[in-house]
Amino acid sequence: MTAIAPQPLVTPAPPVNPETEPFWAATAEGRLLVKRCDDCSSLIWYPRAICPECGSMRTDWLQVSGRGRVYSYTVNHRGEGPYQGSPPYVLAYVELDEGPRMMTNIVETDGQNLAVGLPVEVVFHDTGEGNALPRFRPLRT
Amino acid sequence: MTIRGKAHIAGAYEHPDRKIPDKSVAQVHAEVALGALADAGLTLDDVDAYFCAADAPGFGPISMADYLGLKHLSYLDSTETGGSSYLVHVGHAAAAIAAGKCRVALITLAGLPRSRPMPRAAQATAPEAGFESVFGPTTVAMYALAARRHMHEYGTTSAQLAAIKVAASQHAQHNPNAMLPNPVTVEEVLDSPIISDPLHRLDCCVITDGGGALVVVAPEVAARLRRQTVQVLGHGEAPRHAMNGRIDLTYTGAVWSGPRAFEEAGVTPADMDYASIYDSFTITVLETLEDLGFCEKGKGGAFVADGSLLAPHGRLPFNTDGGGLCNNHPMNRGGMTKVIEAVRQLRGEAHPAVQVPDCELALAHGTGGSIATRVGSATLILGREDA
Repeated sequence: MTAIAPQPLVTPAPPVNPETEPFWAATAEGRLLVKRCDDCSSLIWYPRAICPECGSMRTDWLQVSGRGRVYSYTVNHRGEGPYQGSPPYVLAYVELDEGPRMMTNIVETDGQNLAVGLPVEVVFHDTGEGNALPRFRPLRT
Repeated sequence: MTIRGKAHIAGAYEHPDRKIPDKSVAQVHAEVALGALADAGLTLDDVDAYFCAADAPGFGPISMADYLGLKHLSYLDSTETGGSSYLVHVGHAAAAIAAGKCRVALITLAGLPRSRPMPRAAQATAPEAGFESVFGPTTVAMYALAARRHMHEYGTTSAQLAAIKVAASQHAQHNPNAMLPNPVTVEEVLDSPIISDPLHRLDCCVITDGGGALVVVAPEVAARLRRQTVQVLGHGEAPRHAMNGRIDLTYTGAVWSGPRAFEEAGVTPADMDYASIYDSFTITVLETLEDLGFCEKGKGGAFVADGSLLAPHGRLPFNTDGGGLCNNHPMNRGGMTKVIEAVRQLRGEAHPAVQVPDCELALAHGTGGSIATRVGSATLILGREDA
């Protein structure tokens, strides 16, 4: 197990376009949204205008709980781009309680308690550009 | 319609250098193009189809066609599926030849990532970009996520993954051009620095300048060449993507591309004498072996740990040039060299220490992009000229 020191993690601003703007606006309010298909009711991740299950363009936003479990994780020692030179950080897929598996970072961990299946909850890290990145920390019970 | 036996690989050439600081990318494309054509006994004037991927500089296939002076092109294909592109190209070339669209197809790859490290440009325009790139995914990290999940579901160990690197290094010692020609042990792999856990530095492929090229021809062209050719017997390709949030990191698109290729060729995994398995990382090999049916899903660790991959006498000799893990991974794209080493085996021209005796049927597999998240998989079944 690789230890990682608690540290502020670089928080790059996402590219935002008209299709994804409502998602990022909600992050500034601490809300995690997914899309849902008005026709077949499927949840849609990552958010997009089309339902990839049935092809409907009638999709709308849905707020989810922000809780889930770690599907897989890695402590990455070699960041690139904005993460170049970063101390080791945790890249993960989290399976939301509502189903979708999303890429994220696990934060507020020293690495020792990381495990597949670990219950986690969303936290929002301000990018400084009017939105926030949805990252996850071990669930506080 | 099938492509079985309707096209032959007549020329194959791997650039011998692994660091090329004094040439342009286009120049290396030209060197490998001429190398493969010379191998086939053909010239630029014979080429009527040109295939390349995103490593080719300029405007799709047009700039390189211009640079090379190709004058008789009736068919172009710049399908881009990352490192597997060149296996896709062989399949597409065979289909185009079978359809009568062309008779001599040239496929080239070249790049100089060792001499001129390129920052991996975040694909800011990709529709998923905002939901992934901001979290710092790297190529190694994405494969590490797959390795972790495979370990969780099937009990695969780092030592088992290391056995794949060990086998590749055993083969690389016979390749005078290999970037890493020294055999390594499981312990040395496990003691190498963690890049993105559970993957160590020696779980990762090399980064090399270089390139390679192939010439795929119609049977009537093959018949008049002196050089021994290799038959294209089957081809399968399949994308694998994130499937609307139902990501499963334990398998690749090989679960679809493999059966398509085997069916077209009319053979089974058990018939393969040799396999070139895409080896960007050790986990890539492990999942691919399972997905192609060389062993049961989840049993890849046991399969690789008992010496199955060692040439010439293992159950499934693999990557006898040392593969991407030890020999060469030009432009961070290993598909071209996978086909080239399979051609060497089927011509009986691999190094004698690793040449599979009476090698009649071979598989080459490519894995482009990010394993199990967005990946382009491609499988070829190739046969000796008289197979």
